[in-house]
Amino acid sequence: MEFAFDLSAAVAVIATLLAISSLDPVHALLYLIVSLLAVAMVFFAIGAPFAGILEVIVYAGAIMVLFVFVVMMLNLGRAAVEQERRWLTPRVWAGPAVLALVLLAELLHVLGRMPAAAGIGEGTIGARAVGAALFGPYLLAVELGSMLLLAALVAAFHLGRNE
Amino acid sequence: MTEATTLPLEHALILSGILFALGLLGILARRNVLFVLMSIEIMMNAAALAFVAAGSRWHAADGQILFILILTLAASEASVGLALVLQIYRRFGTLDTDAAGELKG
Repeated sequence: MEFAFDLSAAVAVIATLLAISSLDPVHALLYLIVSLLAVAMVFFAIGAPFAGILEVIVYAGAIMVLFVFVVMMLNLGRAAVEQERRWLTPRVWAGPAVLALVLLAELLHVLGRMPAAAGIGEGTIGARAVGAALFGPYLLAVELGSMLLLAALVAAFHLGRNE
Repeated sequence: MTEATTLPLEHALILSGILFALGLLGILARRNVLFVLMSIEIMMNAAALAFVAAGSRWHAADGQILFILILTLAASEASVGLALVLQIYRRFGTLDTDAAGELKG
């Protein structure tokens, strides 16, 4: 499984890099969808098939389609790409890139000093185990999640009205 | 299961850290609201990856439970955020984050 993991991890990193550096919002969204599908493949490789399926259906299938629909409704066109080109100069992204790289280097340093942990990906945690835990000890969290979704639904309906 | 099928937990955590740093870079460097929202999605996805990897390390379903909760949070955040994007574009005619900097409605 290491082969599948490394390959899809590389795809995820490259697609994410292209997504945050792309000028056209539609291209960025499509790269982001590729990145999410690659992360779903990582989930399959480390033995979490239910999370991988949810990643494909909900993240890449629902949330990203929502983004694509909003981009279609905004109908940005060529002028937006030109504006992005003016905004995204090396002077703008160099500083944040250095800061993010420093934080990432610290994180990798700490991870490198960790004692060698046991491997992941041996055995599979299927949908049955997840469902039993979800509607057993985590029932309250499910109810809170449903209330959060209801609140988001009301807020999106209110904010999205056409005056 | 043989030894060849497992891989170290650090690899998944490193991937999660790289994706999180890329999302942070996107939030800091982009001025378009749409790209900022996409970067937030990237960061939440990276956090979810760390949870799932840790759950796989201890053979527990809890990591995937937290993944589902993060998925719920991401869906709510995306719907509210995209409604706000539509309102900003309708009122100011641009997706520049600086346009909405005055909070006067």
